[in-house]
Amino acid sequence: MIAIIDYGMGNLRSVERALTHVGATSVQVTDDPAVIDAADRVVFPGQGAVRDCMSALHRYELVDVLGRVMQDRPFLGICMGMQALMTRSEENDGVEALGYFAGTVRHFRTLTGGSPRLKIPHMGWNRLSQTRAHPLFAGIDPGTRFYFVHSYYVEPADNAIVQGESDYGAAFAAAIGAANVFATQFHPEKSQAPGLRLLKNFIAWDGEPCN
Amino acid sequence: MGVARRIIPCLDINAGRVVKGVQFVDIRDAGDPVEIARRYDRAGADELTFLDITASHEERETLVHTVEAVASEVFIPLTVGGGIRSVADVRRMLNAGADKVSINTAAIHEPSLVSDAAARFGSQCIVVAVDAKRSGGTESDPRWEVFTHGGRQPTGLDAVEWARRMADAGAGELLVTSMDRDGTRIGFDNALNRTISEQAGVPLIASGGVGNLQHLVDGVIDGQADAVLAASIFHFGEHTIAEAKAYMADAGIEVR
Repeated sequence: MIAIIDYGMGNLRSVERALTHVGATSVQVTDDPAVIDAADRVVFPGQGAVRDCMSALHRYELVDVLGRVMQDRPFLGICMGMQALMTRSEENDGVEALGYFAGTVRHFRTLTGGSPRLKIPHMGWNRLSQTRAHPLFAGIDPGTRFYFVHSYYVEPADNAIVQGESDYGAAFAAAIGAANVFATQFHPEKSQAPGLRLLKNFIAWDGEPCN
Repeated sequence: MGVARRIIPCLDINAGRVVKGVQFVDIRDAGDPVEIARRYDRAGADELTFLDITASHEERETLVHTVEAVASEVFIPLTVGGGIRSVADVRRMLNAGADKVSINTAAIHEPSLVSDAAARFGSQCIVVAVDAKRSGGTESDPRWEVFTHGGRQPTGLDAVEWARRMADAGAGELLVTSMDRDGTRIGFDNALNRTISEQAGVPLIASGGVGNLQHLVDGVIDGQADAVLAASIFHFGEHTIAEAKAYMADAGIEVR
């Protein structure tokens, strides 16, 4: 069973429908720690602001169970579900996040130098260069475009976790991962065929970082 | 720069059906939104916009089911506009499977709706639709006014100023329709789009007036649009999405 974590934010059904479309037979959108604990794999989606995200995770008492499942089973963070894995975010005047990965979430102005030609949010289809081979990229051509929509980006302390980069004014981490945890800034569930392929790869993934 | 310019087909929905004619050559039921949306999704459209043109409450309930059905089949972003009047309406559409909602008249009557909805759901899902008409100014220094009710009702608001204000309030994107050009097939009002695009700082979708593929190119290059919205040139099979992208790519525009 795949658990999609429901903490009251984001278009969770899109993720559920996309997983079902690529062959997942059992998907549960849930805020129940026991159900999440019992899942074979976990998807952590999300949109919106990080303060709301973190306070919802605390309110729903999901922080502990997230920490547990990130230790030992295939785990996919999407968009806010990637940013929340970092140490902290500069959004909302600074918010402590889950701290699974060391690093900071910063506003795009930091990267683009406030260039008025670069609109914020970064919205649309951008190229993903695969900086490392990863089972989740199987069958996806290097440089394939995925759908992004975000105003903040992840700046990891250790470049070794960067799995894919995109360019918007400058290069930024568009996919990160280590061991059984993988996370994307883009939305695979909204990225048509290549996004569906990534999700299909996820439901077949054994949680090992390399083949 | 990296990010591709988007092509967005727009479908008018009434009582769960696509209206105003969509005539793909080999589609059996030209009015079925699921079938048409699926076709555009597979054909390479970058997003889809549904415009609800119904008036009655019952028909709006039907729209929720339509959005649910389409969202199960379509794996690109889906925007729903028309008749969004409250934070509850926004929530209902997002829960049904819309990725973004477009707010138009309600934003004018109650500007706090945009900031409230953006604070609650994030700017990324709040599009503000600006329907603008040339009004005053000169040929070299034009002015535009915001209109409602399909261009019939003036508001007294300067369109550029209004667009900037909506972006500041939390709109993540602006859908700018020229009421002078809508339906004319003579091209976008690129001066309007360029002025807003330079000043608002959020992505702009150009709408109203597309008659051929060069208009899409002009919309991006002259109008500095981040996305171009069109209906009839795609619905009637005059051009495919692939043709439009090839044409734009030939003009040096990044497309998916």
